[in-house]
Amino acid sequence: MDVVQEVLEKHRKELDKYKPITVEKHLECRLDVGTLLITDPNDLDDRQIASAEKENYLRALTRDNTQLLVNAIWELNTERVDESIVAKLPEPTTVLPRMRKPPGPRVLTKWEKFAKEKGITKKKKEKKTYDEVLDKWVPTYGFKRAEAEQNKDWVLEVPQNVDPNTDMFQKKMDLRNEKVAKNEIQRMKNIVRAKKIEMPRSGYLGPEAATSSQLLTAVTVAKSSTASVGKFQNKLPKEREARGLGVKELIPGAKRKQSHIADQPEKEANLDLIKSVLNKKPKLDVEKAISLQKQDERLARDAESGNKPAKKSSKKGKGSRKAVGKKPKGNRGQRAPGKKAAAGRKRR
Amino acid sequence: MSLLRIRKPKTRKGKKVLLAREPQLVEPARTMVFLDGRKCGGNVKQCMKDLQQLKKPLVKVLNRKNDITPFDDPSSLEFLAMKNDAAQFAFGSTSKKRPDNIVLGRIFENEILDMFELGIKRYLSISDFKNEKIGTCVKPCLVFNGPKWAQTEELRRLRNLFIDTFHREKVESIRLQGIEHVLSFTVTDDMNILMRSYQILLKKSGQKTPRIELEEIGPSADFSIRRTKIASEDLYKQSRKQPKQLKVTKKKNITTDGLGNTKGRVHLGKQETGSIQTRRVKALKKTPEEKRADRQKKKVALKAAAIEALTASG
Repeated sequence: MDVVQEVLEKHRKELDKYKPITVEKHLECRLDVGTLLITDPNDLDDRQIASAEKENYLRALTRDNTQLLVNAIWELNTERVDESIVAKLPEPTTVLPRMRKPPGPRVLTKWEKFAKEKGITKKKKEKKTYDEVLDKWVPTYGFKRAEAEQNKDWVLEVPQNVDPNTDMFQKKMDLRNEKVAKNEIQRMKNIVRAKKIEMPRSGYLGPEAATSSQLLTAVTVAKSSTASVGKFQNKLPKEREARGLGVKELIPGAKRKQSHIADQPEKEANLDLIKSVLNKKPKLDVEKAISLQKQDERLARDAESGNKPAKKSSKKGKGSRKAVGKKPKGNRGQRAPGKKAAAGRKRR
Repeated sequence: MSLLRIRKPKTRKGKKVLLAREPQLVEPARTMVFLDGRKCGGNVKQCMKDLQQLKKPLVKVLNRKNDITPFDDPSSLEFLAMKNDAAQFAFGSTSKKRPDNIVLGRIFENEILDMFELGIKRYLSISDFKNEKIGTCVKPCLVFNGPKWAQTEELRRLRNLFIDTFHREKVESIRLQGIEHVLSFTVTDDMNILMRSYQILLKKSGQKTPRIELEEIGPSADFSIRRTKIASEDLYKQSRKQPKQLKVTKKKNITTDGLGNTKGRVHLGKQETGSIQTRRVKALKKTPEEKRADRQKKKVALKAAAIEALTASG
């Protein structure tokens, strides 16, 4: 027993040589070892902070708190890496704001979506294909493809139906540029769709980008978008209306109806109409004429021979019903709502 | 009147830059962009330089003067931060109305999340302390003293901003000898923030854990809080939302013991002993007497059921 006492005594004496590593705190400090952070909620000594001893006080306070943090770090699991001792830090508990929102799944383009629905998979093209004209293996895309194409199409035929002076090379280039532009627009549209921004098909582009005439059009269209086509909408003083044939024509992307007003003066147009009706000549249908002729001949022959034509059975049946008057037209022609249908089968 | 073109990168480097500006699952360490205001000199300039020293190499320093008032119109500030792919900014300026003014803030989704205007009341730079310096890229310990840090929302956010600014980056492990720097932030009752920076000296304590002594190395500053702009509760919550993919899902029935062996527990479900095929043994077969008894029993049960059904219907 004496030995134990002695050893303990010796150890205590040894410890007395050094300053302590323990720290007394009234309230417990909050530690986040993962970020090497300690928050001390204990009250400060106001008198010391106001006095000249401020710096010493702050240093002592910080020392105590750092000691607490260091004590916690030294208790962590350690390992040896390249002649130095490394402590494994736990996951930080302090949540810091991110710089950007977490990324979501990539939005598919219109084509990708369609292809997925239909189960279309991408076919990989061969990097090089054999060209019979050039008698060479030619790249399908990328490096030296354009050169190969130029070699192949060193001359272009002008088709018969176009002007013989057209530059077919220029035409080819234009076609290509058009394709590139179309592709670019589609890319933009995909971006817009991915960002879920409402965009008009064309025309009005929002208050920042639109011109005054576009704004005017937008206002006119908006005002007429009521149940009564904007008939009872109030007008501002000096308000202008967008010019156009009508509201429908102003809506971007809406189908344009052909105007009934032509360049011709009205009188002339009407006269033309009458003339075209009056000058109509009956059409000659040769087959019909032949069949009529044949029927006449047959009737004449029958009368000569005294035979009466075979009478159809007088029994009333579905098939025997004679068609009286006009055949009803299904969904065709003008309806005359005032007039009662003069003839025809009464339908129930 | 033209659509803002969203350009496709033409070079590999340009693509890299654009990709870095897109949202990422694990974000890199935050860089801080340093900007000068209309006038920026004296203590503010010195303070900015020291902050750069502390944050190196995660800094982007812009040396031109900027005619920006962050609290009135932050748009050009946001633009500059976006261009430099910086998550934080420090904006220094000095004027008659607000002498020695430094604005610290951070960005979320290319817009300012929160910013704090601090007035420098007293400043001692790193060069004012004549002693041994610590190396760069040292992850500092952060100490927050005073009960006020947790009391108001503004101070909580400011504390978070300080942590965000100075914690450098998240690390998995740390070299024990590398813990040599501590930054202390004390908030006093009159709402002043005292920032001190000390070097940690590890002394013998007769135990495994060393005894610590501190030596001031600067910078040392007394800040007063001027104007502040903090994010709304919703936005702040949104900005702290972590991606789902990073969440560790707990796997059931798998444990690791002290020796590092992984053990799994397997559930087999109920065994259907009645229906499984077993070996047929003659001894287990039923005798004719037993069969007869069974049949009789069944008959009696059926009769009883029929009588019951009849009485119920009648």
